[in-house]
Amino acid sequence: MSGSPSAEWPLWEVFVRSRRGLSHTHAGSLHAPDAEMALRNARDLYTRRSEGVSIWVVPSAEITASSPDERDPFFEPSADKPYRHPTFYAIPEGVRHL
Amino acid sequence: MTAALALGDDALVLSHRLGEWAGHAPVLEEEVALANIALDLLGQARVLLSLAGDEDELAYLREERAFRNVQLVEQPNGDFAQTIARQLYFSTYQELLYERLARGTGPFAPLAAKAVKEVAYHRDHAEQWTLRLGDGTEESHERMRRGLDALWRFTGELFEPVEGCEVEWHTLHDAWLTRISSVLERATLTVPEGPRRGGWAAGAGRQGLHTEPFGRMLAEMQHLHRSHPGATW
Amino acid sequence: MTTMAADAGAYEAVFDAALAADERIEPRDWMPDDYRATLVRQMAQHAHSEIIGMQPEANWITRAPSLRRKAILMAKVQDEAGHGLYLYSAAETLGTSREELLDKLHSGRQKYSSIFNYPTLTWADVGAIGWLVDGAAITNQVPLCRCSYGPYARAMVRICKEESFHQRQGYELLLALSQGTEAQHAMAQDAVDRWWWPSLMMFGPPDDASAHSAQSMAWKIKRHSNDELRQRFVDICVPQAESLGLTLPDPELRWSEEREHYDFGPIDWDEFREILRGNGPCNAQRITQRRRAHEEGAWVREAAAAHAAKHGKAQA
Repeated sequence: MSGSPSAEWPLWEVFVRSRRGLSHTHAGSLHAPDAEMALRNARDLYTRRSEGVSIWVVPSAEITASSPDERDPFFEPSADKPYRHPTFYAIPEGVRHL
Repeated sequence: MTAALALGDDALVLSHRLGEWAGHAPVLEEEVALANIALDLLGQARVLLSLAGDEDELAYLREERAFRNVQLVEQPNGDFAQTIARQLYFSTYQELLYERLARGTGPFAPLAAKAVKEVAYHRDHAEQWTLRLGDGTEESHERMRRGLDALWRFTGELFEPVEGCEVEWHTLHDAWLTRISSVLERATLTVPEGPRRGGWAAGAGRQGLHTEPFGRMLAEMQHLHRSHPGATW
Repeated sequence: MTTMAADAGAYEAVFDAALAADERIEPRDWMPDDYRATLVRQMAQHAHSEIIGMQPEANWITRAPSLRRKAILMAKVQDEAGHGLYLYSAAETLGTSREELLDKLHSGRQKYSSIFNYPTLTWADVGAIGWLVDGAAITNQVPLCRCSYGPYARAMVRICKEESFHQRQGYELLLALSQGTEAQHAMAQDAVDRWWWPSLMMFGPPDDASAHSAQSMAWKIKRHSNDELRQRFVDICVPQAESLGLTLPDPELRWSEEREHYDFGPIDWDEFREILRGNGPCNAQRITQRRRAHEEGAWVREAAAAHAAKHGKAQA
């Protein structure tokens, strides 16, 4: 009834550039038999209200994630280096262009 | 405005047929795709019919014999392969026609220039599916072949000159055939053989002679509007 | 990294802390099994409702009485397909494939909103669905944009944004009918009479009889109780009905100074349970059509998969 498993189309992640000058951001996912159809389905689904000027599609299975856990120790070390951020530095009032 | 009616009715009727797929498409992604095409066509129909008169009066109050669409677009959906065959034949034609109209100076140039981008996408959609169905499984190949064959006899009419369209119809036909042949070849299919012109087979829709399913389609489309004469919706 | 079999208690503490801080839970975070199961069930049911919900409205696409209305209706039904798709995708982030979920829908193991088991008998029903059914859905859905599960919340943000036109078009449609001919007005009133009570049932059983509510609220999947949302909906609808020039079919409907809300009459929960049991006017028809579309589409899906495999384009 649900078709043979071989007929199940893989999942694709869709990234849309909403306008020129911005980077592609993740919009969602969809199913498609291949990349060409994935692009076309993405166009119909995620840009039918003119939300985009360019689309990327990536097979979900091809994405390598930093760790199995979203709450990632991978990123904890950077949280203790506030000196990487401009707000770390006190600048006397009135000094401009810094 | 013979031409506005002819092109407008083509778009109106095909849009209606595609609308019948809503809730019946083979996969959710295709629900969205078919609806997009139907909406584009309905938009084109509304602009074209408005050039000829009141869009709703023309759509809802004309009798069958007054419609000027080609018979191809009124053919019932059949299975998905037959719908794709109809889309392939028609959108390839429509793209070539609108490209030519857009380059001209006639009253349809602005509309055609806008619509040709939509239609190019419809043609691409039909081509992509023709390739996949033709060169997919044995069953899909057979269904696609049957769909193409069944509709072939309605394709001759596409190239009957439409009054008011300044187009070289025979070069349009040649370009159409070249393109269709190339797609079908890539899809491991062959161009159907058989008559395409003459008598009832083709060439009649533009003169208001349609096929039986069209009357039923109109009955459904028009009944509510006609049941409330003069009402606004 | 953190994949050591650390004690479940520590994970649970992190999860609870995230909820307490109103943070979102993301797909690969640790989560309690019941939380996962509840979410999959709710997202699936929501997705199923979108695609079954296409049917009663698609029923009128071919008969829409003006080209403008026809375009609006087609766009709306298309949106519903899209929304079903977003929601299936959200459910898939928890490792359940769309195919599995559809299978459960087709075999009756998962539900969809009972409202779609009522028939659309006249054109005015399209308006009543937009105004009342979508109105009730929006009342339910807006809080879901803040649901604790990230992918669900994000899908809902997109859906709510797109749905903003759905309710308005329904209201506008009914207004045109209500202010139209006598026959049109009667058609509009009849539709409202038939859709009002079922819309109120869309918020689910009363709080004291709702099986999953309390836990869902604790998990911040649900933000307000069924009765609270139902009351909010009634309060919104009464003045809207007045502007429409239509009556809501409830003789007990009146403003309560004391509660500062509208009082309304008792809901026929027997009818609700009957439909839930599969005995509504359209249960069998809706599932049959859905199943048929899926079965008749199998060869198409197989063909595209076979084509991709042949041409080395298949993924995974």
